[in-house]
Amino acid sequence: MTAIFKRELRSFFSTPLGYVFSAVYLAASGLIFALFTLRSSTSDVSTYSSMMLFGFVAVLPLLTMRSFSEEKRLRTDALLLTSPVSATGMVLGKYLASLTVFAGNLLLSCVYIIPLGKYAADHSPVSAARTFGCFFAMFLVGACFIAVGIFVSSLTESQVVAAVGTMAILFFFASIALFNGMIDSYAVRTVLSWISLYSRFTNFTYGMFDFAALVYYLSFAAVFVFLTVRVTERRRWI
Amino acid sequence: MIEVKNVFKYYGNVMALDDVSFTVNEGEVVGFLGPNGAGKSTMMNIITGYLSSTSGDASVCGIDVLENPDEAKKKIGFLPEQPPLYREMKVSEYLNFVYDLKKCTLNRKAHVDEIMAVTKIANVRDRLIGNLSKGYRQRVGIAQALVGNPPVMIFDEPTVGLDPKQIIEIRNLIRNLGKNHTVILSTHILSEVQSVCDRILIINEGRLIADEKTENIARVAGSDRRYTVKIAGPRRDILRELRALSGVRSAEDTGDGDADGAAFDVEAERGIDIRKSLFNMLASKGWPIMELIPRGMSLEDVFVRIMDEDERRRTAPEGRRGGKE
Repeated sequence: MTAIFKRELRSFFSTPLGYVFSAVYLAASGLIFALFTLRSSTSDVSTYSSMMLFGFVAVLPLLTMRSFSEEKRLRTDALLLTSPVSATGMVLGKYLASLTVFAGNLLLSCVYIIPLGKYAADHSPVSAARTFGCFFAMFLVGACFIAVGIFVSSLTESQVVAAVGTMAILFFFASIALFNGMIDSYAVRTVLSWISLYSRFTNFTYGMFDFAALVYYLSFAAVFVFLTVRVTERRRWI
Repeated sequence: MIEVKNVFKYYGNVMALDDVSFTVNEGEVVGFLGPNGAGKSTMMNIITGYLSSTSGDASVCGIDVLENPDEAKKKIGFLPEQPPLYREMKVSEYLNFVYDLKKCTLNRKAHVDEIMAVTKIANVRDRLIGNLSKGYRQRVGIAQALVGNPPVMIFDEPTVGLDPKQIIEIRNLIRNLGKNHTVILSTHILSEVQSVCDRILIINEGRLIADEKTENIARVAGSDRRYTVKIAGPRRDILRELRALSGVRSAEDTGDGDADGAAFDVEAERGIDIRKSLFNMLASKGWPIMELIPRGMSLEDVFVRIMDEDERRRTAPEGRRGGKE
């Protein structure tokens, strides 16, 4: 697993992908931060973090589109699948590599808080708990999105299909909460709000540690990682 | 060392392997021979655990590849049909990655250096794999299979895309590996198996139709019995005399020819060397031989012959099973 993790991580930055991703991520997050925090003259980053959820929908597929589809297309998966590495190790190595690149960018984008702290008005200082909560929640949602992206990538040989497919699925998960109000049936609404990644987000942005949400996000990521493992294992049975 | 028992493989409804069984002993170099799509790659992929069989067992060093895949995979070095290379990695970086991936315990630097020396890729160690020529990539692919010094090596068409000099080098390399490794390689070039392998398994349409020592196949192929002769003289007379010559099974006018003379295909009866009598006859007529080219049998010829024999065997005395339609 470590070997695959290291190789993946290095390959992000020995190909343009890692740089393109970082550039797009930082540009998008900078823009969103400027619009929804600085321009709104607020020291509260919760709007920023909820908007970033939609930024992730567009950006994170770039990070994961390649992971399995490229291996399939170039048949390099033959090396991994005939090495003494379990499918779980293989998937986790790739997942954690993508997660690491994402986390690195998220960490970089924390510098936005410095000017915020410096220029925040005295009557509304930056709340450490809320800010931390927002970034932590963003990390969790990103971890879920990456799991979905890796899964979709394992289904196809085409990076484009992987990216677009991931975007569609992520958009569904991120936006359920938005059109949930339009649905009449209470049962459907309940189910939809239960699977909505967005609605679990709120408590963190208030600076509360929502343990249930944490478990939910981790399970969500784990389910997709597990599905990817199954797809990888299934490949030899076709 | 390698044991394959009653392996069937279906891709959907398409049968790729039909009841294949064989064993490979330690230290043997075995060639899989067959036309494209015969099931060679499928068979190799099953032994390496890349694919699973629909039914039947495969084991390496007594370890079942399905029941204990990790242990079995440690015993195998595999070069797939398309070498599994990451284009954005440098050669040395890539081999070190494979080293980690295979959880090797040998001295890293010495081992990787040795492999690069053996496969003659040390001079490109710091180049990106994506920038290498096809021949070098193929050799990096072979180098990858050698990492960890596994007792069993499986090469799927190792010499495809190489130039003649590289082909000879790779064949020598495989022959050397064969001294202390068990090697399976696949190819559709008959001369390749003849020059490298101890034993040949011929596979066609998913069925194993021959499992022979290389010498026996060479005998079946009868590579010393057919010639193309270019003779200066009157075409029709020559053909008549050739056909009349004792020991000649058949003679045909190829229709080819140039200012030097006309070309004929001559096939001798089994076990007879017609070259002397051919020379004497032509000399007595005053028709000089301009060229005499022994024509080995093509793979297709060998196939046809072996398949014919296979069919004869199967339909023969009892006729229990129907022949191949």
